[in-house]
Amino acid sequence: MSAFCQHRKNCLKCSTGVPVYLSFVLIVLYGMPEAQGVWPMPQKMSQSSESYLLNPQGFTFQYANDSVAQPGCSVLDEAFRRYFTLIFPGYNGGNARGDLFAVVVNVQSGECDGYPDENSTENYYLLVSAGLGFLKAETVWGALRGLETFSQLVEQDDYDTYYVKETEIVDFPRFPFRGILLDTSRHFLPLPAIMETLDAMAYNKFNVFHWHIVDDPSFPYESYSFPDLSDKGAFHRFTHVYTQSDVQKVISYARLLGIRVMPEFDSPGHTLSWGKGQPDLLTPCYRGKVPSGSFGPVNPILNSSYEFMVRLLKEVSTVFPDSYIHLGGDEVSFTCWKSNPQVRSFMEKMGFGGDFTKLEAFYIENLVNITAALNKTSVLWQDAFDHHENIPNNTVLLVWRGTPPKYHWEMSQMTKAGYRVLLTAPWYLNHISYGQDWRDAYNVRPLNFTGTDEQKKLVIGGEVCMWGEYVDATNLMARLWPRGSAAAERLWSDEEQTSNLSKAYTRLSNFRCRMVRRGIRAEPVYVGYCKHEYKGL
Amino acid sequence: MIALFSHVKKESKINGLIMSFIFWLMLSEVPVARGVWPLPQKISQFAERYPLNPGAFAFLYANNSQAQPGCSVLDIAFKRYFSLTFPGYSGGKERRGGRLAENNSSGGYTYALVVMVQEGDCDGYPNAESEEKYSLSVSAGCGLLVAKTVWGALRGLESFSQLVYQDEHNTFFANKTEIEDFPRFLHRGILLDTSRHFLPVQTILKTLDAMSYSKLNVFHWHIVDDPSFPYQSRSFPHLSNQGAFHPSTHVYTQADVRRVIAHARLHGIRVLPEFDTPGHTQSWGKGQPNLLTPCYHGGKPDGTSGPVNAAAASSYQFMTRLLKEIHSVFPDSYIHLGGDEVDFSCWKSNPDVRMFMSKMGFGSDFTKLEAFYMESLINITASLNKTSIVWQEVFDYHEKPKVMSVVEVWRGGCYLCEMRKVTRAGLRAILASPWYLDQPGPTHDWSRYYNVRPLAFTGSEQQKQLVIGGEVCMWGEYVDATNLASMLWPRASAAAERLWSDEEQTSSVSDAFPRLAKFRCRLLRRGVQAGPLSVGHCRQEYQDV
Repeated sequence: MSAFCQHRKNCLKCSTGVPVYLSFVLIVLYGMPEAQGVWPMPQKMSQSSESYLLNPQGFTFQYANDSVAQPGCSVLDEAFRRYFTLIFPGYNGGNARGDLFAVVVNVQSGECDGYPDENSTENYYLLVSAGLGFLKAETVWGALRGLETFSQLVEQDDYDTYYVKETEIVDFPRFPFRGILLDTSRHFLPLPAIMETLDAMAYNKFNVFHWHIVDDPSFPYESYSFPDLSDKGAFHRFTHVYTQSDVQKVISYARLLGIRVMPEFDSPGHTLSWGKGQPDLLTPCYRGKVPSGSFGPVNPILNSSYEFMVRLLKEVSTVFPDSYIHLGGDEVSFTCWKSNPQVRSFMEKMGFGGDFTKLEAFYIENLVNITAALNKTSVLWQDAFDHHENIPNNTVLLVWRGTPPKYHWEMSQMTKAGYRVLLTAPWYLNHISYGQDWRDAYNVRPLNFTGTDEQKKLVIGGEVCMWGEYVDATNLMARLWPRGSAAAERLWSDEEQTSNLSKAYTRLSNFRCRMVRRGIRAEPVYVGYCKHEYKGL
Repeated sequence: MIALFSHVKKESKINGLIMSFIFWLMLSEVPVARGVWPLPQKISQFAERYPLNPGAFAFLYANNSQAQPGCSVLDIAFKRYFSLTFPGYSGGKERRGGRLAENNSSGGYTYALVVMVQEGDCDGYPNAESEEKYSLSVSAGCGLLVAKTVWGALRGLESFSQLVYQDEHNTFFANKTEIEDFPRFLHRGILLDTSRHFLPVQTILKTLDAMSYSKLNVFHWHIVDDPSFPYQSRSFPHLSNQGAFHPSTHVYTQADVRRVIAHARLHGIRVLPEFDTPGHTQSWGKGQPNLLTPCYHGGKPDGTSGPVNAAAASSYQFMTRLLKEIHSVFPDSYIHLGGDEVDFSCWKSNPDVRMFMSKMGFGSDFTKLEAFYMESLINITASLNKTSIVWQEVFDYHEKPKVMSVVEVWRGGCYLCEMRKVTRAGLRAILASPWYLDQPGPTHDWSRYYNVRPLAFTGSEQQKQLVIGGEVCMWGEYVDATNLASMLWPRASAAAERLWSDEEQTSSVSDAFPRLAKFRCRLLRRGVQAGPLSVGHCRQEYQDV
């Protein structure tokens, strides 16, 4: 508590003209109204019962005089426009009751034209008092998070008048990496579906879009180095592809929302669609002594495979600004490699014996080195670690297998070996079951594994995965939200303050209605209603 | 990361290859390549195909048809099916219905679908006995659709619209085709639950549209239940004023209900209202004091209430008035009275109820009280000239099944055993148990709904004939307008084929898969947010995010 007070005072000092009568007596008197709340729950939040009416016509966003960001800052200029609509849903320009109100934003450092990255800080301080909201953040990304929070503080009463309560918030994310994986290979997701997901991610303070862009069934990424890949490997070469300009749109849209775009080009397995446009890339499988006509993983014994991957990864590293590239490396089936006589003799030559995990490791290691040479960090599915002890140490590993004891054990092993770790195993939200299964996503305890504090710090976050076998634009949003929101709170908020399911239920139901109001097709948590039901058809 | 199901896709591709091989190289009869869903009873298609120019296409009434221009159901259907048959067509003028006489080649049509209806009632409502059979023949220059009723003609128009496809250059084609078709079961329904979540009227109308694409013909409107009472009653406005989630935004006004009924009629769909009692009535109690049984704890009312008070005469007076209103608002000859999941503990706790029990000689068997209550309601309904449907418990608890007429089987376990019992008692049966679509399986579960065999119980021919159909149930605990369509379609279409088509011809899941996948793409094209069956793509994906 005392640290909080001090922090608050410091902040108050920086802001001019903010009334300082907010005191913790109020908090004791009125408590924390949990029901209204912000989702995901801020680290520290106090509200009084004092509330202020907001008149949309008298409402402004302003840059503080001493803010580094000033008018012309693309990220915030756009955000002000966006959040005006989000704060005043249904407002159509008529007269409304309420007083003048300004949200003053003060960004302390950084720039407006860059991309969010792994080191971007997202902390912010928000103080709402009579006529004034004061938002202070180190970076524009933190300011975005604060604007989202402010928008969630604004409520409408029974007469549709907008109001906000006296509030003070100190907030920062528990984990720096909070992602959502979309799979655009098993089903093609049209651009609007991706954009809408990014919008909803911002509402939930997710900050990484993990784009599992290609896989076995189709190759929708239109590569400029290898146009045949999508020409031959997409479901349709014109209607079911992401052009370079599509990709740019996604990246710049994500940037404005403070979201990183991490591309995944999964190999050597999950590459059947690659083979259509890139002959000789995949391993020909043999039946007996003759090729069977079917293909397996990328052929790891050919120089041409690595030359191809170098060119492709070079392209990927220029197209996608993020410092992470996901290289996949999961579920490599060895049967095809085993069947192929050239692969077998390569194994012998390399001294791998009959251990094909060594061949896989050899391939992965090459790719990680290529990626490192491009100044990018490699991300890999856990299989690489399971099969191989010597993958380079700066690799980030994504844990996707098993039940809590299994993934906790895995995380313990990985962090002990010094790797940075992301958790996704409990958040495969493409799996559905009857009932309130958001609770399973909420009950996850990412750090409940045996390990030192140093080890725990190596857990940089987690991801929700939405694999595409049974998911496309028709059911994506309802399947992702609000179940993804449960994971969002686990990754952003303090675990102790957010361990109670029944308290979370009420807040999540409210937040789900807010998303519905914003046009997100978030499915119901349970029986009940929203003041404004989903109307888009 | 994930197990793969790509083999399914491959299989369908291979099927496709074989299909087109036969299609192009053999000039004899071709199997169901382009496929109509649900599968018609008899369909023969030929390689000969006709290009259709939407600008020179017309639906026409045959000269000897009883229905003629001015027939509301078909006039509107022609308009609707023009857009459904030629999706994306925006150029040129749309040709509407006219008499065949006006046509010939001078009318400027290059292709006409001529519709001949033998019995001409265009202004009525489809009912439990309505005939839906039709025959459709597509040949050079024209198609002929013959049906006994306008409802059958609607089914035929749907089939015709599904015969039309586009080639790579977006030209529309239909192959030479002969269809003789009729439904296996008369009652093919979907239950929507508008109490656990309120469904906006638009959502209901859209569901009705999609139902007609799968030839489903009964909208079972589970309109009220414990959580809310959205039906705005003329006789008892307090029921929704107090019992709805919100008295003005979360209610169905009389106008809303009329709109739903009228829209359903135009699609040949009956609206079957359910006012479930005596259980599932918590929301009723808010606007109708003294209707529900006060529960007792330790000799005193504890403030909570249970089912409708079956011991009070006032309850029956109330139900009589309400059912009278329902009778006049909903034209269908069936009313669903519910009767499921009655919890006896509150009745047991209440001294007045116990006194009534002993007066009536029921002992402590509360199933007798429930039977007494339901029998009274069935009699009220009968006196209004309506047929009642009840959930299976009413049959299970009742010693005199003769008072009942239609029983809906919903419980899990051996539902076929229950079907056997119900039909052995001479009652008509509707099957719902295997089609609870609100409870999703892990994946790929449409085959579960497809593999149902409604008549696979031991029983006489007569018993089997008492099975009048089945219903897909979409209960609302976790369903509202946000996810309804993607949970319903195309899984309900799997049930629809089971209820419409010949079972022997539709017994293979792997034959059905490519057909259903295609049909699902057609649904997408028509704006229905149908979920994907498996990995793959549609030529036109769902865009309307």
